[in-house]
Amino acid sequence: MNHYIIKVENLVKRFGELVAVNDISFTVALGEIFGFLGPNGAGKTTTINILCTLSKPTSGQAIINDFDVVRQQSQVRQSIGLVFQDPSLDERLSGLQNLRFHAMVYNIPTSVREQRIKQVLSMVELWERRHSQVRTYSGGMKRRLEIARGLLHYPKVLFLDEPTLGLDPQTRNRIWEYILELRQREGITIFLTTHYMDEAEKADRIAIIDYGKLVAMDTPERLKHMVSKDIISLKTDNDDRAAEEIRLRYRIETRHDRDGLTFEVANGEEFLPTFIKEFATKIVSVSLRRPSLDDVFLKLTGREIRQEEVSDTFKAMVREHGRRMRR
Amino acid sequence: MNNLRGIYTIWYRDILRFWHDKMRMISSITFPLLFLFVFGSGLSARMGFLSPGVDFTQFMFPGIIGMTVLMSSFMAGISVVWDREFGFLKEVLVAPISRASVAVGKTLGAATVALFQGILILLFAPLIGVSLSAWTVLALLPLMLLLSASMGSLGILLATRIRSMEAFQAVMQMLMFPMVFLSGVFFPLQGLPVWMNILVKLNPATYGIAPIRQVMLGAPPDSPFAINLLGHTMSLWDNVTVLAVFGVIMTLLAMWSFSNQE
Repeated sequence: MNHYIIKVENLVKRFGELVAVNDISFTVALGEIFGFLGPNGAGKTTTINILCTLSKPTSGQAIINDFDVVRQQSQVRQSIGLVFQDPSLDERLSGLQNLRFHAMVYNIPTSVREQRIKQVLSMVELWERRHSQVRTYSGGMKRRLEIARGLLHYPKVLFLDEPTLGLDPQTRNRIWEYILELRQREGITIFLTTHYMDEAEKADRIAIIDYGKLVAMDTPERLKHMVSKDIISLKTDNDDRAAEEIRLRYRIETRHDRDGLTFEVANGEEFLPTFIKEFATKIVSVSLRRPSLDDVFLKLTGREIRQEEVSDTFKAMVREHGRRMRR
Repeated sequence: MNNLRGIYTIWYRDILRFWHDKMRMISSITFPLLFLFVFGSGLSARMGFLSPGVDFTQFMFPGIIGMTVLMSSFMAGISVVWDREFGFLKEVLVAPISRASVAVGKTLGAATVALFQGILILLFAPLIGVSLSAWTVLALLPLMLLLSASMGSLGILLATRIRSMEAFQAVMQMLMFPMVFLSGVFFPLQGLPVWMNILVKLNPATYGIAPIRQVMLGAPPDSPFAINLLGHTMSLWDNVTVLAVFGVIMTLLAMWSFSNQE
């Protein structure tokens, strides 16, 4: 019995000049929730595509459930379940027919087929709607159906690529309930990519990838310790003057963003009262907070993950469209 | 075993989808029927008999059946492009079945649907005055299936390489209409201008239409409808052989192409 279920060694993927995945290695333990974070274009999807046999690595090796993703594709495919970023359902068929199709291609014995379908459909609360065509489902229902489908053949690893992107908070919470329940009950390993930091916090371990390289990998708690200082956000009537003043007085560099200035200090609670008393520029508002995964992400990649959320999804769509047109 | 299961599942889904889509069933045969009855009725009286006992509509009837089968199976490739566009292809590509078997399942699905549509047209035989014995019908089915499987695999092959819906439709139209017009659906293939004669003989569809006509209207060696290839009069089996070779090559190419896409 292995202690890991996924093992990636020196994985490289090139598209011509572009190195999309640049020599990454990691292992994922059995039953772990593994979060894969990174800005768009960092190599997340490319890595997942290699792991799920949709794409071949340029060099390096990836093993899932003891099977090689290049040489033992069929066994790897049988071992994994996938929920893609974009829906991959047959909208003209009913939910039930989609699951039956899946059961057939994954060779689930006829004797247990219907019972398992009922089990997963009930879990995602779609049993009542099983005979409706999928195109009549809402976005959340489709995602739930895909999760049900991904679990139907009892995979060892469930890949969730942005499982809750574009869903309302209520549905997101529901989907997370399922995921956590599943891990508890089935001991399934979950490989997750997400834009939402609050989701990433639910992972046991997180790997952050940027420009095709792994820049950090640890538990969310320990990653947050990387940003050891407290974060102060400040709004003033003149941010440029305030930045200058902070630089001269405290020798701290500040960052400008939409909401004003932010900077890090070692001991925020003690720093703040004297700061407010001494500061010459007029302060409009000031806040102090403990570092979050956003800050870790920002520190490591120089980009804020939330900022990209909407615009990058759009850009990704445009890119995807362009790619289709070119091919 | 694994591959057979894959082929069956992919085939089954296509049939299921077709069965759900009653409109497609009806719309797919209106076009051929329009040709048959409007052209047929319009031209038959003027043209008289093309050979003893065969008027223009009766001549065209086997051609129209071939055309229906050809267009339907060829166009079926669009379902691959469609599945790619709507994401379902990914579900298929990550499934533990070989890609080659997906290509075969798709081809057979296209062929089955096309065969069904061809049979619907065949039901109009009594209205045209073509009498069909049970044996004739039994002989026609494998011929229609061969034509639809060959054209189906060509469509699937193109669909694995052409990714956008618009481009695929453009290429389909560009290939399909010349293939139909230059295959002897609408006129006998004798006394054609040289350029046209060459195109007709290069067109694989020609060798699919001819045997259907040979079986339905009789195939004496001196039939005015027989194809003459390089001085050789093509018998039923000659035609079937040419088409079958074409079909096998297309199927192998489609299987290869499907397996080698990312």
